Amino acid sequence: MTHDSVFPFLTVLVLLPAGAAVVAALVPRNLSERTARLVVSGVGLAGTLATLALAITITVSYQAAGGGYRLVSRHEWASSLGISWHLGVDGISLFLILMAAVLFPLALVSSRVHHQRRAYVAWVLLLEAGCMGSFVALDLVLFFLFFELTLVPVYFVVAGWGFVRRGYAAIKFFVYTFLGSAFLLVGIVALAFIHEHQTGRLTFDLVDLTATHLGLASQVLLFLAFTASFAVKVPIFPFHTWSPDAYAEAPVAGSVILAGVMAKMGTYGIVRFDLTLFPRAVVDLAPLLLTLGVIGIIYGAVVAAATRDLKRLVAYSSLAQLGFIVLGTFALSTQGLSGSVLQMVNHGLIVAVLFIVIGFIYERRGTWQTSELRGLQRGAPVLAAVFTVGMMASIGLPGLNGFVGELLILLGTFLTHRWWAVVATAGVVLAAIYLLWAYQQAFHHEPDPQSPTTRDLSWREGLVVAPLVVIIFFLGIYPKPVLDRITPSVNLLIHRVETATSTHQPSVATGGSHPGTPVRVQVGGSP
Amino acid sequence: MLHSAYLMPLLPLAGFVVLATCGRRLGDPLAGWIGTLSVAGSFVVASVTYAGLLQRPGGPQREVVQTWFSWIGVGGLQVKAALLVDPLSVTMALFVTSVSALIHLYSIGYMHGDADYPKFFVYMNLFVTSMLLLVLGNNLLVTFVGWEGVGVCSYWLISFWFERDSAASAGQKAFLYNRLADMGFLVAIFLVFSKTGTLDYLGVFSHLQAITPGARTAIVLLLFVAACGKSAQIPLFPWLADAMEGPTPVSALIHAATMVTAGVYLMCRVSPLLALSHPAQLVVGSVGAATAFVAALIACAQQDIKKVLAYSTVSQLGYMFLAVGTGAYEAAIFLMVAHAFFKGLLFLGAGSVIHGLRDEQDLKRMGNLRRYMKLTFFTFGIGWLAIAGIPPLSGFWAKGDILTNAFARYPALWAIGLLTAALTAYYMSRLVALAFYGDDRWREALARPDRSAEGAGSSVPHEAPWVMALPLVVLSVLAFFAGALSLPWHPAWDPLRWLGPVFGSNLYSPVQSAGTKWALAIADALVALVGLGVALPLWIRRSERPALEPPALRRALYLDDVYDAMLGRPSEAFAHFAAVVVDNRVIDGAVNGAGRLVSAAGGALRRVQTGFVRQYALGIVLGAVVLLAWMASRALS
Repeated sequence: MTHDSVFPFLTVLVLLPAGAAVVAALVPRNLSERTARLVVSGVGLAGTLATLALAITITVSYQAAGGGYRLVSRHEWASSLGISWHLGVDGISLFLILMAAVLFPLALVSSRVHHQRRAYVAWVLLLEAGCMGSFVALDLVLFFLFFELTLVPVYFVVAGWGFVRRGYAAIKFFVYTFLGSAFLLVGIVALAFIHEHQTGRLTFDLVDLTATHLGLASQVLLFLAFTASFAVKVPIFPFHTWSPDAYAEAPVAGSVILAGVMAKMGTYGIVRFDLTLFPRAVVDLAPLLLTLGVIGIIYGAVVAAATRDLKRLVAYSSLAQLGFIVLGTFALSTQGLSGSVLQMVNHGLIVAVLFIVIGFIYERRGTWQTSELRGLQRGAPVLAAVFTVGMMASIGLPGLNGFVGELLILLGTFLTHRWWAVVATAGVVLAAIYLLWAYQQAFHHEPDPQSPTTRDLSWREGLVVAPLVVIIFFLGIYPKPVLDRITPSVNLLIHRVETATSTHQPSVATGGSHPGTPVRVQVGGSP
Repeated sequence: MLHSAYLMPLLPLAGFVVLATCGRRLGDPLAGWIGTLSVAGSFVVASVTYAGLLQRPGGPQREVVQTWFSWIGVGGLQVKAALLVDPLSVTMALFVTSVSALIHLYSIGYMHGDADYPKFFVYMNLFVTSMLLLVLGNNLLVTFVGWEGVGVCSYWLISFWFERDSAASAGQKAFLYNRLADMGFLVAIFLVFSKTGTLDYLGVFSHLQAITPGARTAIVLLLFVAACGKSAQIPLFPWLADAMEGPTPVSALIHAATMVTAGVYLMCRVSPLLALSHPAQLVVGSVGAATAFVAALIACAQQDIKKVLAYSTVSQLGYMFLAVGTGAYEAAIFLMVAHAFFKGLLFLGAGSVIHGLRDEQDLKRMGNLRRYMKLTFFTFGIGWLAIAGIPPLSGFWAKGDILTNAFARYPALWAIGLLTAALTAYYMSRLVALAFYGDDRWREALARPDRSAEGAGSSVPHEAPWVMALPLVVLSVLAFFAGALSLPWHPAWDPLRWLGPVFGSNLYSPVQSAGTKWALAIADALVALVGLGVALPLWIRRSERPALEPPALRRALYLDDVYDAMLGRPSEAFAHFAAVVVDNRVIDGAVNGAGRLVSAAGGALRRVQTGFVRQYALGIVLGAVVLLAWMASRALS
């Protein structure tokens, strides 16, 4: 059961953008500037679009029944070190892959880079490889490598092509998240050693490690180590202060990928590793994380309301949105967790629209301060309409994708942790407040007579945002195909958490090296 | 004949899609005609559905569920995009589509020449779609979709002239008040689902026993919070007066005839739950009566013609909630329909006056218009007598039904209602006296340049084109005769009593004798005449009577200032504190401080800034790439 596909889809999914990155980096330097730009852009677009095509193929061929890992590709690598090339996809990662594959080409096209295009495209492609790898890795060391690998391209993209305070933002991001990762590394190694101690076999394979018997104290400690790293990456309040700086100073593509895709590596990590490996700690510490999520929702909204900088505003609004995702995850109900997984995808699409439109505004007016923008809607109604779609989706207007995710999260949380859900519902109101204020300042009023008239979207720009707008509507009106694929995997996970916490028997979980173990997770929760 | 019901919301939606994609090319007036025709088509479908439903015997036979597709399905939560066609929803759909079609028609003339003419109809069509989803939804969630949809359309339409700061702010205020109230709706949805495991109305009503009495009251009151926002009841009514910043057809359609009645509809929809909770009924009835009275009082001192009508709407909605609180749901629907006709008529008449006077809305700068705008005066007059409660116009019957029921259940609330009836007659007569009688005080207003080219240069107010006149005439006929709805028709197709099975109640409380009813009706008529008789002589003779317009009422009891002082400014200060002090200094300060401490301790500060991190980062990427490439090559081999 380790191979259920002839073609190694997931391996190629990781290697394709990485290969394209190498090609982009190796474009000869003696070409004329025009040719070089064309070739580099061509490689970037071809690489990301081919990855998108592959992601679509994976999504279409995905079999949802049972909810276990699909397209598994598993190869022993350094067996003495216990590391394996183990990739797999399930309902939880499936749409994150697809969402990332959609965002990368758009991010690449939407940013105007004028110097060192070659390096820029190569870094973005390498970043895509790292993101894809993080979402499909089922070996903890492998995951860690991909997870760390993403830091570097982001560092260089922000520091190299960012705005005024890019140096500060890039270093802050790098050091902060890198420190977080140190905890993750310690946690991974500790877990593997505990497992080795119990079974005599060193492995970092997620499926094998699931069987490790952990006392509550060690579960809590490991959970904290893993979660510290993920919390920085998401970010979860109060580990968020790198994000407004990084989002604001990054170029458009950087902001889109940071908020849209990389934040999800944190929430995904929590779902994939915390919930799978440390169910008892998750249940015990859920109130803490739920509280942090709710604080993030309220706090992010409150600070956003006092922010007059559109990019920082979206950063704080993300903090609130990601708070919802944390809330739904630790609600530990099928609706809440499914809502969170869906909302990871939704949030990626929504912030992408917002950041891309803010990028367009910057190209026209040279600022994203709401106090310096007035009356944009008169000159650029289509641009205003696209921003409105992103804004309303973020507010949670029914009919757009954000509503479905938020509803499932809040409802799922209400079923298990009523009062957290009630407080979080206030976040729905707050989102409307700060976004409408910002919209009124930037888009309403008479246009400023001092500033030149604002150009509306060009065809090229329209084509960049059109797919996102279409998906935002589609997921709001007909989320069924997505939910039907997410839910079985979520059920499996919830089932596992429930069994682990209710029928807690120390003797059961000791046979880690049993050959059937990898399959057990797949079979265990199927109805 | 019922299978076409799904077309009701789909036709305006199709209109919306067409207008949104190529409205600018269609232009003025073609875009308006497409919008109007799609809504008119929806009215035809509603009529066909009505006829189809009438052919069926009463009871469960008249509850038809039409499913489109499965919308959200996760675990036990299975929500379908589906319509519930029953007497209540079809009654609502009939009056929503008919009034909408008329107001769309009127807008073709009213909005003529506006720079964003097509966009106006884009929003209006989306509004009608949302409103129909709201009333036809088969479950709480589809109703919520419509509920939010009408809210956002209201936001867009109030701030339609967004260059004007007051309009932009008013739209935002409306949206925020509604969002605040909608928290109640969301939590109610969660509570209903956690108790019954379903959100379908019929499913919930068949599980009523599974809900504890406390939870029933909680659910109804949470929904009532949402209703208070949408229907502008105490304490959430201030947004409606500001909403008058929108174009007048918007005020007529959304902020008088349809959207603001959504809260009443919601209460009627969940009547099986409400009927089981006496505390909730008392709360709903009391808030309704109090709002009716307070808003009528405020309306007595307003100077802007549209604001008088806005507070009047708040007051009439209060009557409807009074009816809901007394269990007289049919009476609430009766007034809702009659009110849609006469208040829609009054707003369109006011629009005609505003149009004729080139955007003048101040009653003190009108006067004597009956000589210049005969048709407007005649039709507006019918609306005036109808809302004032003069027999035999519709308002008399509708209000009478509510007060009769209130008398039987809560005599104190009846007394407030009766007093409000006198005030209603008074403020409406004041408005008519100021606008249509007295001296010509509008000469100055007409000297201003016009928004549209049409009618420019004329020195007297001009009557509107036929597209604006026709809706006035039709609505005045409806406003006059809508009282006939409550005549004892044949029981098979009685337009009000066919609602009885939905509510499980009757229009008239059976314990009252005919004598009591007659006495109450005479009292209603008398107070209406008193209101009329006091106001007309007072306000025809003089347009300035400061003693009768105390500042407290002119400023709507200073509610805006109170909210601003109690909520607005403290929250702003709090947000500023959170952003500047907590986030910047405390949290980020700690992060940067820790960073500096570590760097200083290691003496690495300079190296960090001169590329240490850079080299380190490159080191990671090289190492990781080599490692991964090696692993991947193994994987592929």
